[in-house]
Amino acid sequence: MNTLWTLLQDPNMQWILISCTLLGLSSGIIGCFSYLRKQSLMGDTLAHAALPGICIAFMLTGTKSIMYFLIGAGLAGVAATFGIGWITRHSRIKHDAAMGIVLSSFFGLGIVLLTLVQHGGYGNQAGLDKFLFGQAASMVGSDVLTLSIVSLILVSVCYLLFKQFKLVSFDPGFAKGIGYPVAFFEQLLMLLMVVAVVVGIQAVGVILVASLIITPAVSARYWTDRLGVMVVVSGIFGALSGATGAIVSSTGDSLPTGPLTVLAATALFGVSLLFGTKRGIIVRRLVQQRMKRTLGFGYEEQAATASVDERINKEAAL
Amino acid sequence: MSDFWILLTGVLVAACSGILGTFLVLRKMAMIGDAISHSVMPGIVIAFLLSGSRDSLLMMVAAMACGLFAVFLIQLFQNKGVQADASIGVVFTALFAIGVLLVSLFARQVHLDQDAILYGEIAYVHWNTWIVNGVDLGPKAVWLLGVTLIIIVTVISLFYKQFKLCSFDPALAAACGIPVALFHYLLMGLVSMATVSSFESVGAILVVGMLIIPAATAYLLTDRLSVMILLSVGVGILSVFGGYGAAVMLDASIAGCIVCAAAVLFALAFLFSPSHGIVAKKLRLRKLAA
Repeated sequence: MNTLWTLLQDPNMQWILISCTLLGLSSGIIGCFSYLRKQSLMGDTLAHAALPGICIAFMLTGTKSIMYFLIGAGLAGVAATFGIGWITRHSRIKHDAAMGIVLSSFFGLGIVLLTLVQHGGYGNQAGLDKFLFGQAASMVGSDVLTLSIVSLILVSVCYLLFKQFKLVSFDPGFAKGIGYPVAFFEQLLMLLMVVAVVVGIQAVGVILVASLIITPAVSARYWTDRLGVMVVVSGIFGALSGATGAIVSSTGDSLPTGPLTVLAATALFGVSLLFGTKRGIIVRRLVQQRMKRTLGFGYEEQAATASVDERINKEAAL
Repeated sequence: MSDFWILLTGVLVAACSGILGTFLVLRKMAMIGDAISHSVMPGIVIAFLLSGSRDSLLMMVAAMACGLFAVFLIQLFQNKGVQADASIGVVFTALFAIGVLLVSLFARQVHLDQDAILYGEIAYVHWNTWIVNGVDLGPKAVWLLGVTLIIIVTVISLFYKQFKLCSFDPALAAACGIPVALFHYLLMGLVSMATVSSFESVGAILVVGMLIIPAATAYLLTDRLSVMILLSVGVGILSVFGGYGAAVMLDASIAGCIVCAAAVLFALAFLFSPSHGIVAKKLRLRKLAA
């Protein structure tokens, strides 16, 4: 406990902690919208796709500046979204296979470029592979500042356009009907997701950053049925995970931040799954029992037929 | 000789994943393949820590158990009301995180580094040979993949009709009395097995590319399942050869180059496939208009 306290007094650590918390916060918030729009795995694809972008940015500029990496990864992410859209629109390949194709080919390209960089005559390339699993401690002052500003921008855009995003996520048809530029907002949400993913890469790494988009949002869903509350809860969960990851990772030198952050988020998911006040397992059990008591005998018969129906549906769904 | 063993390993990986990938693509479960390939990580690391060797049966079993556990969890969360792709995302990131964490915690004891997890070590397969009574029987990876391929081919050809029906019309299959869930888990078990055996050579992530890209390419070229399987394997093998050539020329990661070659082949099929390609479609439209 004492060491933790001294650790927290280190100004460098404080900055890292703040930026990881902000990262978690912003990706938790963006994640809510992508969850509602059933696009959770897009985050994974975008993150993998960012790797070649980062490598190309490094090869072109020769510096490890986060700003260039953001631009490179952002462009690669946009290219990946267009690639997926193109494949699904112009062939009979389904969305999930298209994601898999884009994800693995971008990542393969990224690995090739990474090895080229490592074997080639680029000096100062050490640490580029930190992007694979994330190492928050490797961030320097200017990086922290950039990341924090970008996260704050993300959060404020979501705050300002909350109403629009809400409508687009729940009922795009209606939004179009009342004259909203739905396509624009959808693209904007996608762009925000790209930014959130790219910002998170430094701390969590290419492979696991998707978890920051997905897990807090899924966990938040267990606590509420209102989008406003869900966004706040998800943001808090994300921030908590980011902070935990940063703190625990700094206590040992061989601990990458990414997996720790993800495990913190997963632990929160576990808690939500059990104790969530809206859809948690315990609450559901209680509701079921109450139903049984109030409805009495008839309910059980009904439940029996319902469960048979459900089983048939489940088998069919497989 | 090393070229030969590397290419043979690659061809075996392509064959294993080409066959299984076909079913994954048809059943719209491409991302589950991705999830499995990430989720076997903790199994591999734990088995490695327990047994201390990389090529034990234990590793195979542990990794398969992890893969099936991941599939089971995904299904469980889906039934509990989590959206399909979100539940995939939650499960595989968590399991992969555990694996990576274990690797970094025990990095000194474990002769498994993060690079090997990502890109595999196909370039070194011929160094790790299987020696019985002083007779060199060739690389262990080739044996492992060979056995995996035999199992996959046997299972798929024994239950070809069932797998076919389950992929195209699961409701009909269930109505006919085929245990759809059993075949689902059987397929997932095979995918986990293929992932584990390929893991050492191409890495946990690029195996996804080998599962999905050749199968999707084949999907654009034919409408028959049997032809699709053969084409998928063929495309995979072609990408292994092309990718290996490119890797030697560029001095870059072999596994990465193989996946890139597969992506190039996919792009070609996407544009120029005689039945489903963009160009063919455009031409057909023009002929109709004229």
